[in-house]
Amino acid sequence: MSDQAHAGPGAKAAPYWMTGPGVIFFIALLGAPMMMTFLLSLHSYDFTLGIQDDWTLANYIEVLGDPYFHKIFGRTFGLALLVTVICVAIGAPEAYVLSRLSNPWKSVFLLVVLGPLLISVVVRTLGWALFFGGNGVLTMTAQALGFGEEPVSLMFTFTGMTIALVHVLVPFMVISIWAALQKIDPQSEDAALTLGASKFTTLRRITLPQAMPGILSGSIIVFALTASAFATPAIIGGRRMKVVATAAYDEYLSTLNWPLGATIAILLLVANIAIIVSYNQLVERRFAKVFE
Amino acid sequence: MQRLGPLALIFHALFVLFIMAPLLMVIAVSFTDKGYLSLPTDGLSLRWFYAIADNPDFIDAFWVSVWLAFLSATLATAIAVPASLAIARKRFWGRNTIAAFLLSPLMIPHLVLGVAFLQFYSKIGLGGSFAGLTAAHVILITPYALRLSLASATGLPRDAEDAAMTLGASRWVTFRRITLPLILPGVAGGWLLSFITSFDELTMSVFVASPATQTLPVRMYHHITQTIDPLIASVSTALIVLTFLVMLLLDRLYGLDKVFVGKG
Repeated sequence: MSDQAHAGPGAKAAPYWMTGPGVIFFIALLGAPMMMTFLLSLHSYDFTLGIQDDWTLANYIEVLGDPYFHKIFGRTFGLALLVTVICVAIGAPEAYVLSRLSNPWKSVFLLVVLGPLLISVVVRTLGWALFFGGNGVLTMTAQALGFGEEPVSLMFTFTGMTIALVHVLVPFMVISIWAALQKIDPQSEDAALTLGASKFTTLRRITLPQAMPGILSGSIIVFALTASAFATPAIIGGRRMKVVATAAYDEYLSTLNWPLGATIAILLLVANIAIIVSYNQLVERRFAKVFE
Repeated sequence: MQRLGPLALIFHALFVLFIMAPLLMVIAVSFTDKGYLSLPTDGLSLRWFYAIADNPDFIDAFWVSVWLAFLSATLATAIAVPASLAIARKRFWGRNTIAAFLLSPLMIPHLVLGVAFLQFYSKIGLGGSFAGLTAAHVILITPYALRLSLASATGLPRDAEDAAMTLGASRWVTFRRITLPLILPGVAGGWLLSFITSFDELTMSVFVASPATQTLPVRMYHHITQTIDPLIASVSTALIVLTFLVMLLLDRLYGLDKVFVGKG
């Protein structure tokens, strides 16, 4: 900041003094590690000799060609899609309800819905693990209702991962739809009702289209975060239900095949950025049409 | 404005129940009087909260997390505040690129950051160090601090600053006495959000932390993958209570809804 005090004649340089520390720090500690990971993915790995000095695309060919990895990438993509769809299905109505509540209820329930985002994912996932475990509530309920003495467990299942991830990520959906609903002029709904539209028609023709930007931006956040989620799939899915993130973790810390792990990480990063960018373009084109 | 029908209210109640259920479950289990995982059906007990005191590794991990979050949130804010003022109020070559670069960690999965730092630090000899962990967290949370202080700095009126300068205040005095107080809610909210994001972070830290620098989420994760017992539930309950207090503070300071709009 003290540089700014002497900026006087050199005012043109001021923005660079102000952003410089951050940029230099980021180049050294973000740019360099990311570049090294990319380069690492181009080396081959030998189980007795370790990381080799060669340059090869063998890791990419292995990950993209191996049915084992196809299954993991497919599962991760399917999980992300399913979680996103469920989050829209339950998040949109909830956002609508929240936007219709009046204070103090509105503030109270916003806190209830958004608060869990601040609580560690480990804690939230632990809650579901307690429900899902073989001697958990699920089993007790089933036994109490007379569904037999067999323990019911959702641990290490796709269903269990889906439920827990919806719970972890649905607040992002609610908040982005809620933000979109805040911008709607309530008179546009009143006008539709006055002109004889039914409540359902008003919702479908007036409210929903205006909430669409929120639904789309919420979807992209939820999709991207599910696709790269680690904690919840690791605890609920375990080794039996591997996703991309847990597979990369195992390559790094169990198998110690770092080049292969780096390859999975780079592919995850590329997929993540490709989806975010293409989705943004889709949204822009779509809404450009609306405003024409 | 339409009133909500009974169907909407029933849905709302179920949704809130869904959101609360796992947290209530954790809290309930932590009060069990049994030596194993169970609901406190025939008696409440604090024995598992006393048990935390006998497990100093959780307490050590808690303090590592607090220090780490405090340091990295402060450093991230120190980077973010001047950068946000330049980006929000000045037009200069490379402005958009610099903004995108400083926000880019939001687009990178934490796992990717984790493996990148793991390799980088083991190469330069910072593997498992607290300094390395702190630097990694600064990278991760700077975007959060930047976004909130950018939101405050954008559209800040220049009149008051111009007046101060005309009256002879130096640039530094103008910044400290006029600009900073005006953007303070955003800066403080950004600091707190960064603090909490750092405090909760697991995926990246799992790769970077060594046993000596284990953060609380990493310690808890390793515990859960070994065994799920009432001890981990009581640690979690303590954490829920603490987070709740910070959440109220953040809501007062900045507004919880504003903090999360567009996060991700």
